[in-house]
Amino acid sequence: MLEMRKDIFADERDDDLREVGRPTQRQDILGHVTGTSAYYDDHHFANLLHLKVLRSPHPHARIRSIDDAAAARAPGVKRIIRGADVPVNLNTLLSLIQFGKDDEPSLATETVRYRGEPILAVVATSERAARQALELVRISYDPLPAVFDVEDALKPGAVSVNPVYPKNTFDYHRKYDHQKLRFGDVEAAFAKADMVFEERYQMSPIEHAPTETNGSIAVPDTNGRFTVYTSTQALFFSLDTSAKINAMPSNQLHFIGGTVGGGFGGKVDTLTEPLAILAARLTGAPVRYRLSRHEEMQFGSPRGAERIYIKDGVMRDGRIVARKVRAYFDSGAYTRLSSYAVVKCVAHIPGPYTIPNVHGDVYCVFTNRTPATAMRGFGVTALDFALECQMDKDAVAIGMDPLEFRVLNAYRDGDMKAHRRVAKNCALIECAQVAAERAHWPLRDEFRRMSSRKGGGEARAEAVADRTLKPAPPGAPRTPASSSQRAAYERPPADAKSPASPARDMPSPAAPPPSGSTHGVRRFSSIFGTRRR
Amino acid sequence: MARHRGRGVATINYPIGMNLGGDPSQALVHSNPTGKFTVSLSSIDLGQGMKSVTRQICAETLGVPIEDVYVDTADSDTGPHCMGSFASRGTHRVGNAVMAAAREARGVMMEAAAEELEVDPGDLETDGRGSIHVKGAPHRAISVRDVAIAAQFRQGKTISGRGIFLVPLSEVDPETGEMSPATCYAHACQIVDVEVDDETGDVTVLKMTSAYELGRAINPKLVEQQLVGGSWMGMSHALYETPEPYYPDAREGPRDFNEYLMPGPGDICPHDIIVLERPAADGPFGAKGPGEMCANPSLPAIANAIFNAVGVRIDELPITPERVLRALRARGRSVAPSRAR
Repeated sequence: MLEMRKDIFADERDDDLREVGRPTQRQDILGHVTGTSAYYDDHHFANLLHLKVLRSPHPHARIRSIDDAAAARAPGVKRIIRGADVPVNLNTLLSLIQFGKDDEPSLATETVRYRGEPILAVVATSERAARQALELVRISYDPLPAVFDVEDALKPGAVSVNPVYPKNTFDYHRKYDHQKLRFGDVEAAFAKADMVFEERYQMSPIEHAPTETNGSIAVPDTNGRFTVYTSTQALFFSLDTSAKINAMPSNQLHFIGGTVGGGFGGKVDTLTEPLAILAARLTGAPVRYRLSRHEEMQFGSPRGAERIYIKDGVMRDGRIVARKVRAYFDSGAYTRLSSYAVVKCVAHIPGPYTIPNVHGDVYCVFTNRTPATAMRGFGVTALDFALECQMDKDAVAIGMDPLEFRVLNAYRDGDMKAHRRVAKNCALIECAQVAAERAHWPLRDEFRRMSSRKGGGEARAEAVADRTLKPAPPGAPRTPASSSQRAAYERPPADAKSPASPARDMPSPAAPPPSGSTHGVRRFSSIFGTRRR
Repeated sequence: MARHRGRGVATINYPIGMNLGGDPSQALVHSNPTGKFTVSLSSIDLGQGMKSVTRQICAETLGVPIEDVYVDTADSDTGPHCMGSFASRGTHRVGNAVMAAAREARGVMMEAAAEELEVDPGDLETDGRGSIHVKGAPHRAISVRDVAIAAQFRQGKTISGRGIFLVPLSEVDPETGEMSPATCYAHACQIVDVEVDDETGDVTVLKMTSAYELGRAINPKLVEQQLVGGSWMGMSHALYETPEPYYPDAREGPRDFNEYLMPGPGDICPHDIIVLERPAADGPFGAKGPGEMCANPSLPAIANAIFNAVGVRIDELPITPERVLRALRARGRSVAPSRAR
């Protein structure tokens, strides 16, 4: 049962709306419940071809030779596609926004880096014919040692997984192997804390498990265009990725999607469209490439597993005075989106609490497993698990009620957050109060009277300078913070000259204005004209 | 050997949208010749209700009935750019873009109506039922249909609007992590009651009680659908799921839904849900987004409830019966719940 508590924050809201706030029936409900909504795979074509890929049985191996002669002669086979046939075989998803280096082949050529990595594609008149042809391909491998544990991957002498990132870590700002967060002085605070706790947490990989597996159908259209029916959850992301890999102008592709059988983050990676389009170009026929349930579960990018260490300094009166987080994100063999999950994680430390001293080091680590990708709660879910278990342990150790402990430390309007922005529009305390009341969790009066809108700011608005950081000499040029993070779809700057950004030593009271020179907004002034890398 | 009850809690917040590379979405709104509106998007409806949420926002902004608005999604030839349906950004980013486009279209509609009624556009208002009239004089009215016909065939006006909403790129400082990761945050507190069998290690989730703060529930039924589904996913993450059961060992994992464990209908528990609305300054009608955040509190709340029930901490997911039994055995003494709640 859902209850709306309109009485809370009523003074911040107009409740005189006509359509917004009503439980109107979904626009698409009739189609969904009668089975007539068209998903990508509900489009039928008489001469449809089917694409299947051959996947590596080894987590790490050199490919010595590939013999596909028998497969090419097999019944129903129209075409075999190898890495050399892919116009731009090496790609990374976030190259569209200039974040990271191209590190993942559509089809592996010399080395495979995870069990299940695609090596070769067969295009045939039926899925069965394609599968049977794959059985006839002979590949000779030299197995290589593999690394699976994120901390093992960082040890000296560890197997190097991905030659683009030979030390098994993503590059941040072209100078660090992790993203840092520094706020206050955690070591000094630990020294003064009444109690210090350090704990280790391990998130598991998770499968998105959508009802509809990843897939697409590419259909040759007139005038050299291709229509692509797709299950993507990011239409232009997939279109532009496909255009890049196929070295085609983006306006030769017409993507149609929009009714998708569940995504949860697992349909951003554009796993099928580029090869389906390539196969349609090479054969002149419509081509479908859809993942089987087995492929979806084992090779269709899971939620990345994360290992998180948290060290807290707590006072007996219930205040948390320091929190230090070290986390390792298991990206698998290639980057996909884990590099950005790290940034989201760093922004989320130390959780929704006001803590004066915070320290974070978060790594994106390469291992010989299926590349991880985005999933619901991207970069945050595992950290929330770790933080909220840690909060519980802290509370038990100092003998405080776990919910009162959270309310006491909750962030409030006006507080300075660790990423140096002032908190506003907070509501953690109110959520705790309302849930406690409903569940008959006994909160004492003083905690029932607390408010996100009162008691914040002032001393809590100050960012303590981190004494472990060397201040930049006056007038020294700042390191371009955005050297590897530029505005959407932008051309790389001719010379990486940093745009103006706020000085380091101040607590910025509000989000800075958009930096004038690099911003993508002008590049989106028309509908079709300017999507260019 | 016995079953032990326990209760755990978690409080969380969640950033709405992404900031990498800037985070834009666009929308186009136009009227057909008889006053029915189409919203053109390239955004995706994953089942979360994108079409319905943007439809309500558009109807509200235009001041027309919901039946007169249809949302068309995900065609790259007709829908303008959207980053995608992820990062809990749909309601906030696309909703804002649709609002901007609808506002522009409404402006033309009101001008066209004013020309027909020979009054100032500022003196007009919509009644939300398909009619436009002079404020304070409802009899001096014209239907949206007639306005559209007039605009199209007599006045030569296009009742249409373009909208974009952009959260600009925030740089991340390499040394301090200083950044603007999001413009607003949703909030949640979840209290979970569990029962733990110390003989089998089975954990049964008995009840969830949750409060979520979402800025504005554009459609409370869709919000409820998200919150119920998200809590199920959180419970599934906490107790059941993984494609790599021996992680970081990469031995073969499940291949289908017979082998990949998730809670079935019999494992679902009653869930009391309360929604709070503290509007975000830059949200469409204050809305944030319930999408991702609602799965997150269940993982730790369940782990904390297990501790409360049987006194062991399991810091590795998923919390399978095997892990519960191993933890109980490692502790090596009889169960003494830490604290009654």
